[in-house]
Amino acid sequence: MNEMIEILENLHPEVDFDTCTTLIDDKILDSFDIITIISEINEEFDVVIPAEEIIPENFNSAQALYELVTRLSDE
Amino acid sequence: MQQTNVLEYLEKTVLRVPDKLAFSDGQEGLNFGQVYHDSRAIGSYLADHGYYNEPVVVFMRKHPKCVPAFFGCVYGGCYYVPIDEEMPRFRIELIFDNLKPRVMICDENTAEMAKTFDFDGETLIYSQVSNTAISDAALADIRDRQLDTDPIYIVFTSGSTGVPKGVVACHRSVIDYIENLSETLNFNENTVFGNQAPLYFDACLKELYPTIKFGATTYIVPHSLFMFPIKLVEYLNEHKINTVCWVVSALTMISSFKTFEKVKPEYLHTIAFGSEVFPIKQFKLWRAALPEAKFTNLYGPTECTGMSCYYHVNRDFELDEAIPVGRPFHNTQILLLTDKNQLAAAGEVGEICIRGTCLTLGYYHNFEKTNEVFVQNPLNDRYPELIYRTGDLGKWNDRGELVFVSRKDYQIKHMGHRIELGEIEVNVNMMEGIHMSCCIYDKASDKIVLYFVGDKEMKELVTILREKLPRYMIPNKVIKLETMPLTANGKLDRVALKNQFEASKKEK
Repeated sequence: MNEMIEILENLHPEVDFDTCTTLIDDKILDSFDIITIISEINEEFDVVIPAEEIIPENFNSAQALYELVTRLSDE
Repeated sequence: MQQTNVLEYLEKTVLRVPDKLAFSDGQEGLNFGQVYHDSRAIGSYLADHGYYNEPVVVFMRKHPKCVPAFFGCVYGGCYYVPIDEEMPRFRIELIFDNLKPRVMICDENTAEMAKTFDFDGETLIYSQVSNTAISDAALADIRDRQLDTDPIYIVFTSGSTGVPKGVVACHRSVIDYIENLSETLNFNENTVFGNQAPLYFDACLKELYPTIKFGATTYIVPHSLFMFPIKLVEYLNEHKINTVCWVVSALTMISSFKTFEKVKPEYLHTIAFGSEVFPIKQFKLWRAALPEAKFTNLYGPTECTGMSCYYHVNRDFELDEAIPVGRPFHNTQILLLTDKNQLAAAGEVGEICIRGTCLTLGYYHNFEKTNEVFVQNPLNDRYPELIYRTGDLGKWNDRGELVFVSRKDYQIKHMGHRIELGEIEVNVNMMEGIHMSCCIYDKASDKIVLYFVGDKEMKELVTILREKLPRYMIPNKVIKLETMPLTANGKLDRVALKNQFEASKKEK
């Protein structure tokens, strides 16, 4: 989880990722960020996020992203 | 009679297909009759209130109604200057300083935000001014005086001194561009565009003007869809979009996540891209998904109205090859000039310089910067003739195709945007507590890396920078240093920083 927060903080140091659950809904993340996050996750966790998982629900919070990565690495 | 005004496109089309959908975002749309009406109403308002031959700021959310606002300014004999809520406040202020505008068109949402600007001119609301009674006589009088060398719009581009430069384009260069682009990409009345480019860049000319020329249709694709590849392709299919002119990063966003295994764009037959290098691996995925489609690489600077060169991809490329820039459009010439201002030989690197009607008028209120790059053709000592020096280096390959090599200076292309690294540095250096800063661009990972020395935390620095610069200019990595590496002459040692960054990547 800490690694996930670190990836996100690198992009947006001004956001509190422990509490924010509206990263997409409040337009905090944009398409540049999404692409960066996906490639960082790939590097850091060795997990490939498939297209069908690139949906708003999975990117709204650090927690949701972490759960996604955990789920994908279990599969 | 020869066309001398971009509005003639609209006037011919509205007679033919007044009820056809012209611009839509998928929810709200305008047909050509409505575009024509609203444009003329806005033009009438400007004429009735004494606005003429001056910049009109258009500050609206990205929406089909932006289009009549633009053309309304042209009907009024003025030129439109699009700005956007995504632009940071500081940048908007710099633009206003340059323009000294007396009037601005807003929508209901942006009008609230505009109240906080340091602007004492008149703020118009689209829904009100588009209901102005049309003054046929005033519009006819304006048209009578309008020349094809008069400006239509100003768009702002990154400036290395920290101040954005406003590129002013006229009817004649836009008509020249649209005619040649349309022929090259075979646009026609059945074309259904999916627009990706922001309306405050010249990139959107590719959809806006061919749409009114042919009576085609443009869907303004919601910005948020560019985060979600499957939804994006579904949107293209839902609206039967067959033509896209997108930045490479928008296209690779789809291909890199194996989206094509789930869903394919069913109607897409024309794909133009530009502004940056298309990674061949990603390009092959597109090719495989849409083997019948026509793929075209476009190249050109804002200062020459839009795109100047094209290359229809007609052969396979190795993974480490770059797709050529190709050849200039009809009525445009490329001169590759060496340091000695002579034509580069085949295979020799030279600066890409552009000659032709496509040259814009220059930078608004900035003769100094204009004269640096819009210069007398050094090959012509007989009569005045301007060329534009792009600052891009290129060469002719053995097939006679133009190939982009690199930049002469610190301008980069990042996520399809043209950025002066100097502009980022100026804004960092302005902050209290910062002693020195230097930006480098790591091409391999497409990252802007900022190094700085000073008494400030990284978080605070980025937060301040976000208020000053557009999102795409915010460094992807910020690194604090104790001392900045300097060259023997005491200049910032960018090479040392690049090496340092390379080394840190390998450590990972």
